[in-house]
Amino acid sequence: MWDYIKLIALGLVAVIAAIAAGNARDLAYQVNAVEILLAAAIAFIWVLRTMGTRQPAPQNEYFDGVVRAGVIATTFWGVVGFLVAVIIAFQLAYPSLNFEWAQGYMNFGKLRPLHTSAVIFAFGGNALIASSFYVVQRTSAARLWGGGLSWFVFWGWQLVIVLAATGYILGATQSKEYAEPEWVADWLITIVWVSYLLVFMGTIFKRKEPHIYVANWFYLSFIVTIAMLHLVNNLAVPVSMFSSKSVQVFSGVQDAMTQWWYGHNAVGFFLTAGFLGMMYYFVPKQAERPVYSYKLSIVHFWALIFLYIWAGPHHLHYTALPDWAGTLGMVFSIILWMPSWGGMINGLMTLSGAWDKLRTDPIIRMMVVSVGFYGMSTFEGPMMSIKAVNSLSHYTDWTIGHVHSGALGWNGMITFGTLYFLVPRLWARQGLYSLKLVSWHFWLATIGIVLYASSMWVAGIMQGLMWREVDSQGFLVNAFADTVAAMHPMFVVRGLGGVLYLAGGIIMAYNLWMTVARQPRVETRSVAAVPAE
Amino acid sequence: MDYHIFREFADSWFLIFLFVFFLGIVVWVFRPGSRKTYEDTSDIPFRHEDKPASSSDSGENRDRGE
Repeated sequence: MWDYIKLIALGLVAVIAAIAAGNARDLAYQVNAVEILLAAAIAFIWVLRTMGTRQPAPQNEYFDGVVRAGVIATTFWGVVGFLVAVIIAFQLAYPSLNFEWAQGYMNFGKLRPLHTSAVIFAFGGNALIASSFYVVQRTSAARLWGGGLSWFVFWGWQLVIVLAATGYILGATQSKEYAEPEWVADWLITIVWVSYLLVFMGTIFKRKEPHIYVANWFYLSFIVTIAMLHLVNNLAVPVSMFSSKSVQVFSGVQDAMTQWWYGHNAVGFFLTAGFLGMMYYFVPKQAERPVYSYKLSIVHFWALIFLYIWAGPHHLHYTALPDWAGTLGMVFSIILWMPSWGGMINGLMTLSGAWDKLRTDPIIRMMVVSVGFYGMSTFEGPMMSIKAVNSLSHYTDWTIGHVHSGALGWNGMITFGTLYFLVPRLWARQGLYSLKLVSWHFWLATIGIVLYASSMWVAGIMQGLMWREVDSQGFLVNAFADTVAAMHPMFVVRGLGGVLYLAGGIIMAYNLWMTVARQPRVETRSVAAVPAE
Repeated sequence: MDYHIFREFADSWFLIFLFVFFLGIVVWVFRPGSRKTYEDTSDIPFRHEDKPASSSDSGENRDRGE
């Protein structure tokens, strides 16, 4: 019965997508419609062919298939995102790499949102979805709720990524940073995200543990807040049902404020709260000891979510935004030092009594460096939100350096650690293929980040100082192009840092692949993991 | 409910509510006897690595925690 409903729904989607593709007013919309048509058709055939042969899921086992798929997707999109990153870094250093034959498709302006979305939403998003599905099952001692719904979340999210990416290249963008996808993708994101929330909440509701472990609080706040941010920031009216173009409901400074309320909380809840959920599960697991202070983790949680939501206006200092709003954002950013460092201390101190593991275990080393970068970038961010500092740093490459010490250092490293933790367990393999390669990955990535961050500090501060330099008569000394020329060496160093980071990612992909392909299986997973005390 | 009423409510009563709520959490976290509860809670990741709890199992855990 349920399968028939699915078939009807998928058939309808396919027919509507076919009609939409036929009537499309622009190429991006047409390609997106064809992609939806293909996805619906493939899903239709799959449902049809497996009808009646699918077994009911065993309730005494965890649902790990979707987590395995998520791990593969995370690794794949990570390498893709890092590759696009290296390309655009060298496009900035050597503008001739914006090839004439690819103008309008592969130039920096088109590839930049492709890079940011690939690393944040494809790499980071898949890491969050997969790890949250893993963690919520283990900490609730319950199988994932919703049967196949989590597969819909996974595949729906991949479709969102493909729709957004092809849309960017073909010119569909609503020009909001980190919220570039046009309404077609936005609607699908909404459906997928609500399903994600249902799966996660459903699993928590049927948990066998009386308490909800703190990692789940962070994951849940991430899911709920992203839903709210996505809906408000993407309030837009399509100009036609057959066009990718839509018009924002807000305009002017209200639109700017909504965008940066969204933008900063995408950082605060997607890249911080969600990844803190990872930290609170995987760092204790890898260190084999419980989190340093559970009390601190609760205060950390509430302080972080109460404060982060107000910090957005610091992106709009010295603009049409009223001064008081900017000051509010700045003050809340400064107060954020406390929960951020509280969380960092909690993560680091989890290793107290086990610091020797740093010498022998490159995975825990990755996690510790990740938490260290979390502390560093959450120190740097509030400092840059101070108006006096912001007047120098804003619109310069210092901001880019800051973002990347957080993204490469914190998000990237904790994800790598998580992947190295998960793969042997998910595929029941006896440890990783090579710890030596993990060490290589660790050092390549760390040196890459250091090159990236330091070159962007130099470039950004130099750029800011050049912009404000005036001669004795009060005239500006430098043209914009002068700063671009002066930054060329730093751009090259940044690109090299990116190459190292990409190389580390490729080594990881190889190592994980070989772990599954070559490592002997664990014969009997010990059922009695908890001894009867 | 126009913008100004909304805004006035947000930066007076609701602000106070959120602040008091937060202070309440901090006080609640440090309530007497919380240490034992949280020791049990922070142990959750080490319990059900391989399999979900069967219904008999979870009872044992609950006893252990309390």
